[in-house]
Amino acid sequence: MRHLLSTADLSHAQALSILDTAEEMAAVSTREVKKLPTLRGRTVVNLFFEDSTRTRISFEAAAKRLSADVMNFSAKGSSVSKGESLKDTVQTLEAIGADAIVMRHWASGAAAQLAASDWTDCAVINAGDGTHEHPTQALLDALTLRRGWSAAQGQDPRGTDLTGMRVLIVGDILHSRVARSNIWLLRTLGADVGLVAPATLLPVGVEKWPVNVYYSLDEALGSGPEAGPDAIMMLRVQAERMGGAYFPTAAEYTRRWGLTDERLARLEAHRGAAGQRPMILHPGPMNRGVEISAAAADSPMNQVLDQVSHGVSVRMAVLHLLLSSSERNTA
Amino acid sequence: MRSTPTAATLILGALPYGEAPEDVLIAEGRIAAVGPDARIQAEQLQEVTTIEAAGLIMLPGMVDLHTHLREPGREDAETVETGSRAAAKGGFTAVHAMANSSPVADSAGVVEQVHRLGRASGWTEVYPVGAVTVGLAGERLAELGAMAESSAQVRMFSDDGMCVHNPVLMRRALEYVKTVDGFIAQHAQEPLLTEGAQMNEGDVSAVLGLPGWPAVAEESIIARDVLLAQHVGSRLHICHVSTAGSVEIIRWAKERGIDVTAEVTPHHLLLTDELVRGYDPVYKVNPPLRTGADVEALRAGLADGTIDIIGTDHAPHPTQAKECEWSAAAMGMTGLETALPVVIKTMISTGLMGWRRFAEVTSIKPAQIYRHAHQGRPLKPGEPANLILVDAGATQTVDPAGHASKGRNSPFRGMELPGAVRATFLQGHPVVLDGELNSPLSEAAARAAEQSQVQS
Repeated sequence: MRHLLSTADLSHAQALSILDTAEEMAAVSTREVKKLPTLRGRTVVNLFFEDSTRTRISFEAAAKRLSADVMNFSAKGSSVSKGESLKDTVQTLEAIGADAIVMRHWASGAAAQLAASDWTDCAVINAGDGTHEHPTQALLDALTLRRGWSAAQGQDPRGTDLTGMRVLIVGDILHSRVARSNIWLLRTLGADVGLVAPATLLPVGVEKWPVNVYYSLDEALGSGPEAGPDAIMMLRVQAERMGGAYFPTAAEYTRRWGLTDERLARLEAHRGAAGQRPMILHPGPMNRGVEISAAAADSPMNQVLDQVSHGVSVRMAVLHLLLSSSERNTA
Repeated sequence: MRSTPTAATLILGALPYGEAPEDVLIAEGRIAAVGPDARIQAEQLQEVTTIEAAGLIMLPGMVDLHTHLREPGREDAETVETGSRAAAKGGFTAVHAMANSSPVADSAGVVEQVHRLGRASGWTEVYPVGAVTVGLAGERLAELGAMAESSAQVRMFSDDGMCVHNPVLMRRALEYVKTVDGFIAQHAQEPLLTEGAQMNEGDVSAVLGLPGWPAVAEESIIARDVLLAQHVGSRLHICHVSTAGSVEIIRWAKERGIDVTAEVTPHHLLLTDELVRGYDPVYKVNPPLRTGADVEALRAGLADGTIDIIGTDHAPHPTQAKECEWSAAAMGMTGLETALPVVIKTMISTGLMGWRRFAEVTSIKPAQIYRHAHQGRPLKPGEPANLILVDAGATQTVDPAGHASKGRNSPFRGMELPGAVRATFLQGHPVVLDGELNSPLSEAAARAAEQSQVQS
């Protein structure tokens, strides 16, 4: 593996390798000295063409815990805002001596283009490209889900996958890079995936995806204590979708697709095959009162803070696997 | 200039329309003789160039109703001169330059400039297309009458690149062109259904996370416009038809007797949206590459006459316009120098049509749509000598760096394609010989004029 561009490219073995490595990295993060020397002398550039403080900080923490040098390059206040091309920006970073480029970009496919170009020899890590993919988010979600799923079965998570786990993804699938990356990865790991959204927020052609599609969250939650999902992932509703173009009002969205107190109560009553409660995930930041109620946001079933710490572990694993196996081309 | 005499050419053993070999004599801009007469008459002439053309197919020079020459305004992308060279090399003896230049060709002044530049280049005939609306803004009619009466004598009007989406304005435009014996070429794209669209909406766009350009945005405009054309009794041409549904609507309209013609690009006959998976902007075009099922329907429609003609939609762009993020990249592909091989590959090699039909869709019919009297003519004595010689057995690997166009944005880069243009005769003058640019008509005409002065 030379780059991480899409979860669709990951084999089952590669996905498990990243997740298992992330478990090792998580152990490091609980030590008093949270640092490994593996990437000493290597340079990781966080190239962010779009604001995302959370993702950038997570990658920065991951690189630093592996002793890499980190440079943050933000499109705001840089030459990019003066019209410099992606090519020129990346060639500049290459000349500075970067080993890996972690890129967040507003354009779908930008990371794939960078990896396919001859502009740089760097390892490219897609930190979110337009409405395409966000593979490290899906990996940290999978790490979170696998912890819960294996714990319910009384297993060590390492080496296991998500076979048989039922996961619902609720919200704006059409515009969500998080949803796309999760769908492909969760399927690779053996989970059953259900999508829940108004038809306006599902892509044309979704019926060919290896998922179940529900227009009704209540239907997706099922009836009876054993029919529900093992995990539910609530996607953030972007403000620009609320103007009446995709659904009438935020209130109607909340009534039909929000994780309200009533639906939280139904989830709390669910018990999985091993007697466990469902997990609630959210990529953050949460819109309290829109897609998730305050009670659901603060519920002990909610994994959002675990997701954040798992994000650092997963990103350490990805940087470690991409960089420690490759020697920088010095020619 | 059209009647300027140039040296005579005797073409030996070419296959008109791919049929039985004939000798053909070209003199004084016309086909002087076909068959045994050709050698006999050639012996009477003082200066005759002989071309051995055994095995080469002779066809009427191709006529492109859909070309972007970029001048005035974007001379970094293409000029009338470079685009004309590309046309000649590609086997086109006439091209029609779309109006989306800068300034827009929405006035007599601009269309006359483009027409004049075309005459000066002398590699192919250049006919400017007039804009339907001022500045292509879709708000009010441009001075169609002034453009029609200008020295460019514009008959074809199009806002190509933009759709004349306002139904009232489209109705008025269809009505108004009747008064100048013209026609409207519509770029069928409902703008509200395609806001921010980046590629065909379907299975591939769903996975790539690129905003989709649904087929219905094209089909709904075509359905509306054929009904409008019927209602006002005017002539409508549909640019770059790209979907199976559009083919069905046009078939239905023709069955009803509506005066509509339609064009398809070579790239829509060969390429599909699967190519977008790598996010290489060379595959970004408007209308977008569609699905395999659409490609099949377009080929069938071209073969059965539902689609009338090939239009290249040759759209050169400078390198930086394609060397960037997909959503920031310009839309369009070059096409003049690859049209013939792509049509051979998709239509002839597949057995969907023969050379007679090839001549119809690349030359005869587009000339008839524009009502050119001297292009797309039969290969018969007395007809204007706008014709090409094609080596159908040749194969060539597409290398954009070798193209005469300034544009390097060919989606066929690296593909091995059948067929090659060996010679192009423009008004009897060989602008292309042995597959390479020879000399433009204007230089030859100048030389002929000099010689006649020396002799007198």
